[in-house]
Amino acid sequence: MSVLEQTNQKKTELEIKLGVLKTSGKSGIKKKLKLLSILKFLLPVLLWGIFWAAHLFIADRQAFSDGKHFDWLLIVLLGVYLIFLTIAYFSKDIRSRLADRAPLITAGLMIVLIWELATLKFNLLPLPYFPPPAKVVAALVTDWQTLWISVLYSLRLLGIGYFIGLLVGLPCGTLMGWYSGFNYWLNPVLRFIGPIPATAWIPIAMAVFPTSFAASIFLIALASWFPVTVMTWSGIANVNKAFYEVARTLGGSEYYLITRVAVPAALPSIFVGLFMGMGTAFVTLVVGELLGVKAGLGWYIQWAQGWAEYAKVYAALFVMAVIFSGLITLLFRFRDKVLVWQRGLIKW
Amino acid sequence: MVTAEKTLPRAGAIVFENVRKIFVDPEGREVEALSSVKLAIQPGEFVSLVGPSGCGKSTLLRLVAGLETATEGVIKLDDEVIEGPHYLRGLVFQDPTLFPWLTVRRNIAAGLEARGIAKQQQDEVDKYIELVGLTGFGDSFPHQLSGGMAQRAALARALVNHPKVLLLDEPLGALDAFTRMQLQDEILRIWQDRGTTEVFVTHDIDEAIYLSDRIIVMTPRPGKIQEIIEVPIGRPRSRNHPDFFRLRSRILEVLHFAKEQTLSYYL
Repeated sequence: MSVLEQTNQKKTELEIKLGVLKTSGKSGIKKKLKLLSILKFLLPVLLWGIFWAAHLFIADRQAFSDGKHFDWLLIVLLGVYLIFLTIAYFSKDIRSRLADRAPLITAGLMIVLIWELATLKFNLLPLPYFPPPAKVVAALVTDWQTLWISVLYSLRLLGIGYFIGLLVGLPCGTLMGWYSGFNYWLNPVLRFIGPIPATAWIPIAMAVFPTSFAASIFLIALASWFPVTVMTWSGIANVNKAFYEVARTLGGSEYYLITRVAVPAALPSIFVGLFMGMGTAFVTLVVGELLGVKAGLGWYIQWAQGWAEYAKVYAALFVMAVIFSGLITLLFRFRDKVLVWQRGLIKW
Repeated sequence: MVTAEKTLPRAGAIVFENVRKIFVDPEGREVEALSSVKLAIQPGEFVSLVGPSGCGKSTLLRLVAGLETATEGVIKLDDEVIEGPHYLRGLVFQDPTLFPWLTVRRNIAAGLEARGIAKQQQDEVDKYIELVGLTGFGDSFPHQLSGGMAQRAALARALVNHPKVLLLDEPLGALDAFTRMQLQDEILRIWQDRGTTEVFVTHDIDEAIYLSDRIIVMTPRPGKIQEIIEVPIGRPRSRNHPDFFRLRSRILEVLHFAKEQTLSYYL
C-alpha cells in the first residue's frame, strides 16, 4: 500500500468518525433548537398576554374613556399574528420570515406596553405632552378624514415641488458635467446658493410668490434641486473616460455619448442625489406647512398643538412616518429595478 | 457565420506619413511620444507592435483610432486622411470596458445602436454572440462574466460594425496563459474569416510571432520604428515551430535584451 493510499484511508476513517459524531451530536442540539425556535414564535403571543392582563387589571391613573379602538387594535393584531403563525406551520418561507420578525414584533409590543404603563397606568409622564397609546389610536381613528386630506395636500405639494426640482436639477447636473462652459457659470451659483437650507428663503419666498402654496413649491423644488444637481454633475464628471473612447470608435454621436453613456454610467450617483433630494424635500415640506401653508400634515401638527391635542400630533407623526418611509421604499424599488446591473446594492 | 466579408475587395490600407506626436505634460514640458514614423500596412495584414513601455505603440494605435491627432504628418486609411474616430476603425482595449449597465447582447449591439441601425440588425447581433463563443450569455451583465468572456464580448462589439481596421491594444494582457492562447486562436480565426486589417499591440513577443504577418519593433524616447520583421512561418502555425526561436532572438537583439543569459534561459 502506497503512502498516498494509506493517508487516504486514514482520512476516510477520520471522516466516518467525525460523521458519526456529527449526527449523534446533532439530534440532541436539534431538539433544543426546536424548543427555542417554538418559544421564539410564541414570544409575541406571550407578551401580548401580559399586555392584555396589565391592560385589564392595573387600574388607570389617568382619566381616559375612549379606549375601545385600542382594545380592538390589540385584538386584531393578535388575530393577524395567529393567522401568520398558522400559515407558518405549513409554509417554510413564511416560517423563516416570521422567525426573523418575531423578536422585532416582541420588542415593538414591549415599547407600547412600557408607554402604556408610564402614562395611563402609573401616570409617570406629564400630560398633555405624553398621551397614552390608546389616545393616539383613538385620534387616528376618529380624525382619519382630516388626516387623510392632510396627507393628500402634503403629497401634492411634495410631488409637484420634488418633480420640478428634478426637472431642473437633472439637466443642470448633466450639462455641468458635460460642458465646461455650463460648469463655469453654474458652479459658482451652485456653490454659493446651494448650501443655504431652502427653509431660510421662507421670508423672501412668501414675499415674492402670490400664495403660500406657490412659495412652498418653490422652496421644495429648490431644496431637492441642489443635491440632485450636485450628484448628477459629479456622477457625469467622474465617468470612466474609456467608455467615451469606446463609444466614439463605435460611431457614437455626442448625443449618444451623453444619453447612452454618460447618464447611465452616472445613474448610481444620480440616485444618491435623488435620495438626498427627497430627504431635504421632506424637511422643507414640513417646515413650509408649519409656517405658512393652510393644509397638510405639517399644518395638522401645528393646529393640533394649538389645541394641546398631543395625541393628534403623535397620530400625524405616525402617518408621516408611514408616508415618508413608503416613498423612500418606492424610490429604492425603482432604483433596484434600474440598477440591476450593479453589484452589491444596499437593500432597504 | 459571418463570411460575406471574404468576397468583398480587401480594404484597410493604413499609411503613416512622417507622423510625429508631442504630448505636453501637466508642467508644460513637451514629451515627444513618436518621432517621424513612416509605415505602410497592407489591406488585410496582421501587424504587431512590440517594444518596451513608453515606446509609443499605444499612441500609434490611438492615432489610427482617431482618439489622438498627430502633431505633424498624416495617417491615411485607404487614401483618406484620418480625422477623429470612425466606426470603420474598431478598437479593443486591455480592459474590456464593456458598458456595465448593458447586457452582453446590448453591449455587442452598441455599435449598431450608436449608428441608429440596431433595430434592423437584431439577427446580426446573435451571429456575433455565436462568433465569439458567447452563446447563452447574451442576457448576462458584464460583472457576471470572466475576464476572457468579457474580452470576447468586447471583440464582438468592435466587430459588429464591420470595421476595415481592428485595433487591439494589449487585448490579452490581463488574461491567464490558457485563456490567452485560446483567444489568440479565436482572433486568428476571425481575422482569417473576415480579412480585416489588424494592428495588435503586445508586450509578449511569442504572441506577436504566433499572430502576425509582420512585427514592428519600436524603441522608446522618442518612440520610433526600430525594425520591421517579417514572420515567414506558414499558417496555421505551430507554437513550437523552429523558426520561433530564431525570430524571438532576433527581436530581443533589436531590443538589446539578447545577452548570453537570455539565450541560455530560452534554450
